[in-house]
Amino acid sequence: MASIVLIILGLIGVSYGFWDSHHYKTVDDVKVLLAEEAHHGDGHGEAHGADHGGTHATAGHHEADAHGESDEHAEEGHHMSHEEHVLHQIHNRPWAALYVGAFFFFMIALGVLAFYAIQYASQAGWSPVLFRVMEAITAYMFPGAVIVLLIAVASGTIGHYNIFTWMDPEVVEHDKLIQGKSGWLNMTSFVIRGVIFISGWALYRHFSRKFSIAQDNADDNKNFKKNFRISAGFLVFYIYTESMMSWDWIMSVDPHWFSTLFGWYVFASMFVSGITVIALITIYLKSKGLLEFVNDSHIHDLAKFMFGISIFWTYLWFSQFMLIWYSNIPEEVTYFMTRIEYYKLPFFGMLAMNFIFPLLVLMNSDYKRIPWFVVMAGIIILCGHYLDVFNMIMPATVVDRWFIGAPELGAVCLFGGLFLFIVFRALGKAPLLAKGNPMIKESEHFHY
Amino acid sequence: MEASKVVHAIYNDDDVLMAAVKKVKAEKHHIEEIYTPFPVHGLDKAMGLAPTRIAITSFLYGCVGLTVAILMMNFIMIKDWPQDIGGKPSFSYLENMPAFVPIMFELTVFFAAHLMVITFYLRSRMWPFKKAENPDPRTTDDHFLMEVAVHGNEKELSSLLKETGAVELKFIDKEDTH
Repeated sequence: MASIVLIILGLIGVSYGFWDSHHYKTVDDVKVLLAEEAHHGDGHGEAHGADHGGTHATAGHHEADAHGESDEHAEEGHHMSHEEHVLHQIHNRPWAALYVGAFFFFMIALGVLAFYAIQYASQAGWSPVLFRVMEAITAYMFPGAVIVLLIAVASGTIGHYNIFTWMDPEVVEHDKLIQGKSGWLNMTSFVIRGVIFISGWALYRHFSRKFSIAQDNADDNKNFKKNFRISAGFLVFYIYTESMMSWDWIMSVDPHWFSTLFGWYVFASMFVSGITVIALITIYLKSKGLLEFVNDSHIHDLAKFMFGISIFWTYLWFSQFMLIWYSNIPEEVTYFMTRIEYYKLPFFGMLAMNFIFPLLVLMNSDYKRIPWFVVMAGIIILCGHYLDVFNMIMPATVVDRWFIGAPELGAVCLFGGLFLFIVFRALGKAPLLAKGNPMIKESEHFHY
Repeated sequence: MEASKVVHAIYNDDDVLMAAVKKVKAEKHHIEEIYTPFPVHGLDKAMGLAPTRIAITSFLYGCVGLTVAILMMNFIMIKDWPQDIGGKPSFSYLENMPAFVPIMFELTVFFAAHLMVITFYLRSRMWPFKKAENPDPRTTDDHFLMEVAVHGNEKELSSLLKETGAVELKFIDKEDTH
């Protein structure tokens, strides 16, 4: 019920975002807006700056801004006025907001799918009691991934190349760098790759769920063994496709920029948010008395994973940042320049939320057993990783015109609602204890 | 307070030992010490030992290590001689911080690990050339030994320990063994 309310709220937010951004139809409208902002800036610069995260406080700032843009022109080699750029950014915002929300929830489901496959492949003894929770969360993976791909494609066909500039033939025509990459970055192969990724993941998800249900009433372990084998195979497939997916769906929003450990970085982000969601849903179901075989040692183990993978994420974030900061090669460092200049709060705020907070809160072994502590840490981690995706997409699409307002929150509500709806419907479709699993006895008595 | 007289009860199975510990505790006898060849899971809980605080000390040592790293590099690189080395900004600590993080991390781990190990040695009184305190060499191989204080109740105690499955009982005056 709550999920439907969320979906409706989200739809309202998203459509408001589109409507609001299309207020500004022509370059002249933007000129009026900029003049208004400049006027505002003179009048009460402080308040205005604080309102918009200090992104466009004064007229002077806009001059500097325009300079930055004109540098970009020289690089891209096509001529667009400052107002046209701003107009494009304003139109990008609802698209990017939708994309960030869609990707965030899809990424949770895919992270859980990877975690689930690892539990099977490593024959973990503690986790089988949580398998049904994980299977339910991965039910969102397929629709979620299709939505992400559709938004990506629609932004290039229905929209005006609002997320990926390399989809715009006019841009590519003037851009030697993108031309060089067009063997990989073109619409046809983008769609083909996306379909391959999604169908591979969905096939694994479909069969592992099928074998897992079949194992419930089987008198031998045949289904379990099958699941073990396909999990190991899936993990190999996953680590390749996840990496390529992160180039396609995330890194290519900045087609001039590249990083080698980006795939791992996105993986760590999806893995930790996936584990966090497993913990949150487990705690919720347990509080409703539906998972009486889950004890606080299971929660403790999940919290340990949240803690460990949060630090792993930080390690990758820092490795990527520090290598680029240290060598300061202009073609790479612009990525972080944009983020530090316009996204100071989300950029460093997410570091505090994804690293310092879980580090201090989840270090104590006793706290990891207290549900409300884990829930609190989990919510912060999830918000932090939403910001992480936000920081990956937004600077490339709306640059300094970001704000977390109706379009962003609407997208989160929309996909959050859809996520909860699908996950809880899937939870109701099978008994919550995978009783046929050969490891289930050990898992029920697991204690640490 | 150490009793002047103790009994050494020897067991040859850790499950029997665990059951014996619970029984002896239930009868309110004071267990002075238990010697085992390997860690017996849950023995500390059964004996009612207080949980260790060594992780807390380690956390504090880590904080010390982090502070040492920050103060050291702030002094050397920023305050004392802020040289321009390859264009790195040495105007303030924060501006140059990413370059210091590897050292901050390593020193934190170094302090946390080593000081914790030294704390462990001090608290458990272990050092080279220390005289071994083992009452019976078999406890390093395959026997378990429980040392229980005796206060003139030898008969009652020996029947209780026999009942719990002890394979051997020895009554000893403490002064002699040390």
